Amino acid sequence: MNDFENLSISSAIEGLANKNFTSLELTEFFIKKIEKNKDLNCFITSTFDKAIEMAKISDQKIKENEARPLEGIPIGMKDLFCTNGVRTTAGSKILENFVPFYESTVSNNLWNSGAIMLGKTNMDEFAMGSANTTSFFGNVKNPLGSKVNKELVPGGSSGGSASAVSSGLCLGSTGSDTGGSIRQPASFCGLVGLKPTYGRCSRFGMIAFASSLDQAGPITKTVEDSALMLQAMVSFDKRDSTSSRQSIPDFSDFKKLSIKGKRIGIPKEYMIDGLNSDIKKIWDSGISWFKSEGAEILEISLPHTKSALPTYYIIAPAEASANLARYDGIRYGFRHNADDLNDLYQKTRGFGFGKEVKRRLMIGTYVLSAGYYDAYYLKALKVRKLISQDFEDSFQKCDLILTPTTPNVAFAIGEKQTNPIEMYLNDVLTVPASLAGLPAISVPSGFNSEKLPIGLQLIGKPFDEISVLAAGAVIEESRGF
Amino acid sequence: MSIDNSTVKKVAKLARIEINEEEETTLIIELNNILGWVDELKQVNTDSVEPMLSVFNESMQMREDKAESNFDNNQILDNSPESNSGFFVVPKVVE
Amino acid sequence: MTYVIEGKKDSWQVVLGLEVHAQISSKSKLFSVASTNWGSDPNTQVELVDCGMPGALPVINEYCVDQAVLTGLSLNAEIKKMSIFDRKNYFYPDLPQGYQISQFEHPIVGRGHINIEIEGKVKKIGITRLHLEQDAGKSLHDQDIKNSYIDLNRSGCALMEIVSEPDLSSPIEAAEYVKKLRSILRYIGSCDGNMEKGNLRADVNVSVKREGEKLGTRCEIKNVNSIKFIQQAIEFEAKRQVDIIENGEKIIQETRLFDPNKCETRSMRSKEESHDYRYFPDPDLPPLIISDEKVISLKEKLPELPDEKKDRFMREFNLSSYDAEVIVNDQGTANFFEKIVKGRDSKVVTNWITGEVFSYLKKINKDIKNSGIAPEKIGSLIDLIVDEKISNRQAKEVFEEYMKSMDDATTFIEKKGLAQLSDQSEIYKIIDKVLSDNPKMVDDYNNGKEKLFGFFIGQVMKISKGKANPKLVNELLVKRLKE
Repeated sequence: MNDFENLSISSAIEGLANKNFTSLELTEFFIKKIEKNKDLNCFITSTFDKAIEMAKISDQKIKENEARPLEGIPIGMKDLFCTNGVRTTAGSKILENFVPFYESTVSNNLWNSGAIMLGKTNMDEFAMGSANTTSFFGNVKNPLGSKVNKELVPGGSSGGSASAVSSGLCLGSTGSDTGGSIRQPASFCGLVGLKPTYGRCSRFGMIAFASSLDQAGPITKTVEDSALMLQAMVSFDKRDSTSSRQSIPDFSDFKKLSIKGKRIGIPKEYMIDGLNSDIKKIWDSGISWFKSEGAEILEISLPHTKSALPTYYIIAPAEASANLARYDGIRYGFRHNADDLNDLYQKTRGFGFGKEVKRRLMIGTYVLSAGYYDAYYLKALKVRKLISQDFEDSFQKCDLILTPTTPNVAFAIGEKQTNPIEMYLNDVLTVPASLAGLPAISVPSGFNSEKLPIGLQLIGKPFDEISVLAAGAVIEESRGF
Repeated sequence: MSIDNSTVKKVAKLARIEINEEEETTLIIELNNILGWVDELKQVNTDSVEPMLSVFNESMQMREDKAESNFDNNQILDNSPESNSGFFVVPKVVE
Repeated sequence: MTYVIEGKKDSWQVVLGLEVHAQISSKSKLFSVASTNWGSDPNTQVELVDCGMPGALPVINEYCVDQAVLTGLSLNAEIKKMSIFDRKNYFYPDLPQGYQISQFEHPIVGRGHINIEIEGKVKKIGITRLHLEQDAGKSLHDQDIKNSYIDLNRSGCALMEIVSEPDLSSPIEAAEYVKKLRSILRYIGSCDGNMEKGNLRADVNVSVKREGEKLGTRCEIKNVNSIKFIQQAIEFEAKRQVDIIENGEKIIQETRLFDPNKCETRSMRSKEESHDYRYFPDPDLPPLIISDEKVISLKEKLPELPDEKKDRFMREFNLSSYDAEVIVNDQGTANFFEKIVKGRDSKVVTNWITGEVFSYLKKINKDIKNSGIAPEKIGSLIDLIVDEKISNRQAKEVFEEYMKSMDDATTFIEKKGLAQLSDQSEIYKIIDKVLSDNPKMVDDYNNGKEKLFGFFIGQVMKISKGKANPKLVNELLVKRLKE
């Protein structure tokens, strides 16, 4: 049997087209691999029978020369996307037994493109976390930990998706990004993670965390794969009132786009205290790669960067406090029985949600409550405007912004658990683009002294994913591995 | 602004989350930490800044008034912990 | 006349504000494609949004937006170019999302007013606002001792909440206000106004004060679903408040429920727990923008509204204000009236419609539009009366039978043998017979017992089986008796 572990989606498509192997062979390889690597805990639910069935159909299509863009490509689906007839938990006890009877638009788009579902990937509960340690189904391990003989976190919240791709359990996976949940785990696991512009991917059927921020995107090994998956995932969806009607380009056109003459902004405010020195070095390397590709480098200022994380930690919990009110033990999910309705609510939610979720629901409820709304929530909405305005101003001067993705590399499981804020600081460099709804990618750009991966982040103008991908490709070509 | 026992109790009640005493104690510390930390926003001058409700700035799509029936009663009730005769069932509500 | 409650010590006035919830007559719900049909099996008209499924998203129904704008226009109100949907957060089993999508700070319609008529005087009632919101589902509490049952068919149906200023000051004014509002909603078709089905219901804010005092503390009576109940609830609640204040106690601001069986209001404890709704803009829905073009095109669709129609009827058909008000209240009646009245006496037409036709409709429990009564059927009957082919009394007697028959008026009275006897010689024959049969009475009459005139008339009518033209009988009898 072939070893498909290091295969990219683009080369798999080629291999399938050239009949070097079948989708069934690919799928069976990954099924075996997933079973062998259960200790990584990447999947909450596996759907192997379904995968084999889908693979057979794909092989038929390929045989009949009717292959769709992702025909026969086995992927992992973050357990945040509702899948018809397949349990969907959002990593929570409260949805432990929930089986949707409808399909999310993003997953539906992928199946319609011929992709194959191996299973539902593990994640932080309701996507609240940066280390995949808040999942009711247990934490996920970063496969790169074996390099340093430590149990490392894969990042979060799309930790299962990132770990699965990184360890070669699937060719690509879906993630969702509210404050960094695609980019940060991609960076920790040495992968490409793309958060498209808010509105590019439909949110229909994607379990909501913070509706004004949530955006689906792919986690892949290469920039080209990222473009391929993104193409399949995006669509205008009349079932989502915040789905964009902007025309959808051919994202593979990024290959034709030269970075020469493009202006790359380097925000001075991202040079934060506590930025790991190895990461700083890679950031400098990144700057030099773009210079040598003929891009113009300029220092820019995003003055309200410092306020982004506090702003995020008001807005996201506030929205979540309403989004998660529906988990009440009445129509679906976990119910803690009680004689009295109030007791039923409080016990169901008290036992059904994990610590981090409860913490954020408490914050969200508090900042919206009478007497505090103006001081917290309304204030945060205003600061969000300033943060967004910073980007708008900067994009008058530059085409793309280059920053590190995270202030640190992957850390050990159990670290940063004492103080929630310490964990929140992981997202300090990813949250601003989320608040502004901008497309952003994390691309593996180097390693620290321990050979742990470091990602650089590229932030683009609204709906300019192509430039973001093109710049990502520059890093891929220049980094020397 | 600091959060005390009664505030935590009140907020937990609003959010319908049962918390035990131990959780209450931890939450008081954590919430105070977090709120103390986000308090730094107060230093940002937001005079004459309009609150940003969404980054989405396209007009809202509207739907034609057409009734559809995409799901049957079984599907709607299938995941429910308790149902009877087509209804969801909850402990008696006193009005 | 001002409505005054005489307490033990003082005279009290009531101050009333109404929040009317009107369900929009749409086919599908405000944010989902589920049907709004009434009376289906439980939980059969439920889409993902309506039962708060994970990942469900709201998409607005344009028809509902249009109806809100139309209603705003007909309430002489300001249409807001931009409005915002908010989440109103509270836990309740029939509120599946854990929040209601409503409009809080920026409603779709702002200030307006309508006119009501009280004892011949027009009073202007201010409208504070109109906003769009989702209805909740239904909780059934009496199916089971231990449990409540939840049906989400109504969950997510579109409601317009129409809030009045506290301009109403008596139960009758409140009743007239709701009637007028309902009439307007029905004219434009935005709501069927059916209070029995709960498609129109009111929250009534009641407070009392002595003359010259500031507004008192108010109580809100929730979900009152008939005009009679609204009046009863106000009467009870106002009296209750007066008693409390006169006993030296204070009114607690609270939500109350009206019990129609006991005719009283009581505190609704379940709603009292937490009033902290934590409204915030719904991030699933961009701002609602209403273009000038939309407002203009909807304005063109507005029908003639009750007040305009009333003025015109008074002008064109010389109706009294009272009659016009009664006729225009229901659009179907107004149309019916207008079809008949052309070329006929408007007073006769009004009397027939508000008299026989209304009581017949009440009997068959239909409104004029659905009754299937052709205007010409009433018109031709009126013509026969005016032409003295049939007497008014006869017409009334056979009205119900006539309505049920398929015949036109002329055929009907012919078949029934009802055509009025107006032949002078025939009438003389009967008169002569009556007079010759009763010589003693004729003598008495001639001797001054004039009352007997009525007796002779009665006899003539009896013999003619009521067919004789009463006017003619009268005339000819006078002549004969003089001879």
